[in-house]
Amino acid sequence: MSNQLDLECRQLVKSFGKFTAVDNVSLEIPKGSFFSILGPSGCGKTTLLRMLAGFIEPTAGDIVIKEQSMLGVPPNKRPVNMVFQHLALFPMMNVAENIAYGLKRRKLPQAEIDKKVADVLERVSLPDAGPKDVTQLSGGQRQRIAIARSLVLEPAVLLLDEPLGALDLKLREHMKVELKQLQHEVGTTFVYITHDQSEALVMSDNVAVMNEGRFEQVGSPQDLYYNPKTAFVAGFVGDSNRWSGRVDSLDNGQALVSLDDGGVIAGITGNERVLNAGDRVELFVRPEAITIERDSSAQTGAHIEDGQNTLSGIVENLLFDGANSRAQVRDQQTGHQVTVSLPQTGAFSDLKSGEQLRLSWGIDKARAYVSQTGTPQAGLGEEQAA
Amino acid sequence: MSTLQMVSGTEKSTTIPMIKLGTFLLMLPLLLWLFLLIILPHLDLLTVSLREKLGYREYAFSFQNYIEFFTEPLYWNTFVRTAVMSIVATAITLVVGFPVSYYIAKVLKGKKRNLLFMMCLIPFWVSELVRTFGWMILLRESGVISSFLQWAGLVDGPVELLYSDATLMVGLVYTSMLFMVVPLVSVLDTLDDSLIEAGYDLGGSTYSILREIVIPHAMPGIASGCIVVFMLTLGNYLTPTLLGGKDSLWFTEQIYNQFITRFNWESGSAFGFLLLFLSSAIVFVGLKLSRQTLADTVK
Repeated sequence: MSNQLDLECRQLVKSFGKFTAVDNVSLEIPKGSFFSILGPSGCGKTTLLRMLAGFIEPTAGDIVIKEQSMLGVPPNKRPVNMVFQHLALFPMMNVAENIAYGLKRRKLPQAEIDKKVADVLERVSLPDAGPKDVTQLSGGQRQRIAIARSLVLEPAVLLLDEPLGALDLKLREHMKVELKQLQHEVGTTFVYITHDQSEALVMSDNVAVMNEGRFEQVGSPQDLYYNPKTAFVAGFVGDSNRWSGRVDSLDNGQALVSLDDGGVIAGITGNERVLNAGDRVELFVRPEAITIERDSSAQTGAHIEDGQNTLSGIVENLLFDGANSRAQVRDQQTGHQVTVSLPQTGAFSDLKSGEQLRLSWGIDKARAYVSQTGTPQAGLGEEQAA
Repeated sequence: MSTLQMVSGTEKSTTIPMIKLGTFLLMLPLLLWLFLLIILPHLDLLTVSLREKLGYREYAFSFQNYIEFFTEPLYWNTFVRTAVMSIVATAITLVVGFPVSYYIAKVLKGKKRNLLFMMCLIPFWVSELVRTFGWMILLRESGVISSFLQWAGLVDGPVELLYSDATLMVGLVYTSMLFMVVPLVSVLDTLDDSLIEAGYDLGGSTYSILREIVIPHAMPGIASGCIVVFMLTLGNYLTPTLLGGKDSLWFTEQIYNQFITRFNWESGSAFGFLLLFLSSAIVFVGLKLSRQTLADTVK
């Protein structure tokens, strides 16, 4: 059962004229898992989802659902259902009629339809919503009705197109947990697309990070966060400090990188690619990987001390956010800004801007990726814009 | 009283009458139009219709003109015929106009959409009279279609395509089309595409989506389009006269005859009023049957 696949894409391609929206994507989603596709807007994730739903035919490749090819199968004949970005509840019907719409198309007897509608309303904890008008519901309730309307058809795969986008932050946090819980209970395979990394990381069993029509990396949320395989994933999933530089020398898998801004940081390669001296690389370090100490000694640039990367700088901004508080520290020598997490123990709660800090982090915490085509600056700018 | 308050001048008492005066001035053209061009003539028509001419400048109050309508089968039959033909013409206009509107509003995008919409509009830049003569040029015995059929050897002699009910119907539908397409396009424009997609996604067929999603959404537009087309067709004079010929028996022709040919203003006024009431009754029944309210149709 564990290797039974609900959904499989083989070398899927979709081009619009010269533009390739989805470029040779293959994926396998095992039964009953929560799979997210995470990417910036315009990366092709919506096109991919619409191909799965059947609204767009792929240019090449195959989509297999429950061991059957879906090529040429129209959306109303596919065993998948979709929760639309703006939910697309039918305003001309009440809640029960909305949910019953798909069941009626299957020509089920009315008694069975009524029972199924009542059951699914119970499941999304809105048992009395049936006779209500769609417009009478709150945002979160509409969300649940949209999901119920699809789930009642017991699809092999439920597709969700950023359905939490329109909700306010508090409700979104709440719905994240609720959606994961719901998926766990019903055991339906969910394919969820989003540009919000926190949604993808919190809810998913597996996440595919998509960029420019291609999958950059597919893996568990932990895997993506701690072992990003490409510079894009390292920059897009979670927050990272970023330096660019050139590999000076290699020692036992550790690379000494002299930074463009000045200073030296030692790091390890972020993927399987072996680094060579002279390679241009980008270095990523997570804010929480950096240890901070108060320090009044003379300022030094980035260097290696006691097997640790070390840097001193002046606190420029304090970004208080409860347990998630950060400080932005400016390296006085190079002008490079580094974001560090403040310890949750509250040890630095009295930190003020203008204080001098000593930052240090392990060599294995600095991940180096060979820059693409020698123009790292362009890529960096794009990602920040997205 | 108001002058006194104006002088003593608390702010409240001065601003409120000002706003009211402004609103009144803004509404004045509308009120004048309603009163002078609609209400006043109708009041006059009503008084004229309710009198009987006894002699030169000698009149008496009487329902005679109304009684005459119901007792003379020609009038009554003409009215029923006009109403039935108008309902049929409205239905045909809807059936032809709906796919056209759907295509313009939902299938086409950008430039093509505007172009097609303009193409629906452009014929209406030409006067109705000229457009109707256009049909006559096509359809008359020595017209384009008749000549073509003879040239192609499909018929032996000239064919008269004018002056039949079918021709009349074609003309009425053609004249009304725009008034159906415009409200339908605007109401279909407001239908979110994702609702249609959701319908397909949930297993709906094209027919069930049309019946359960598109038409319920478009209902106010359908109702307002149908009311306008029905009223215009019922009150049409030119098309029935020119395309239907002498036998077209359109109710407006009866009214014209009473006023102009027979110079019987009393009877003509009564017919005018009956047309107003009967058409309103038909629209009312139509709205009830489609479960729409008049307020919905102007949303």
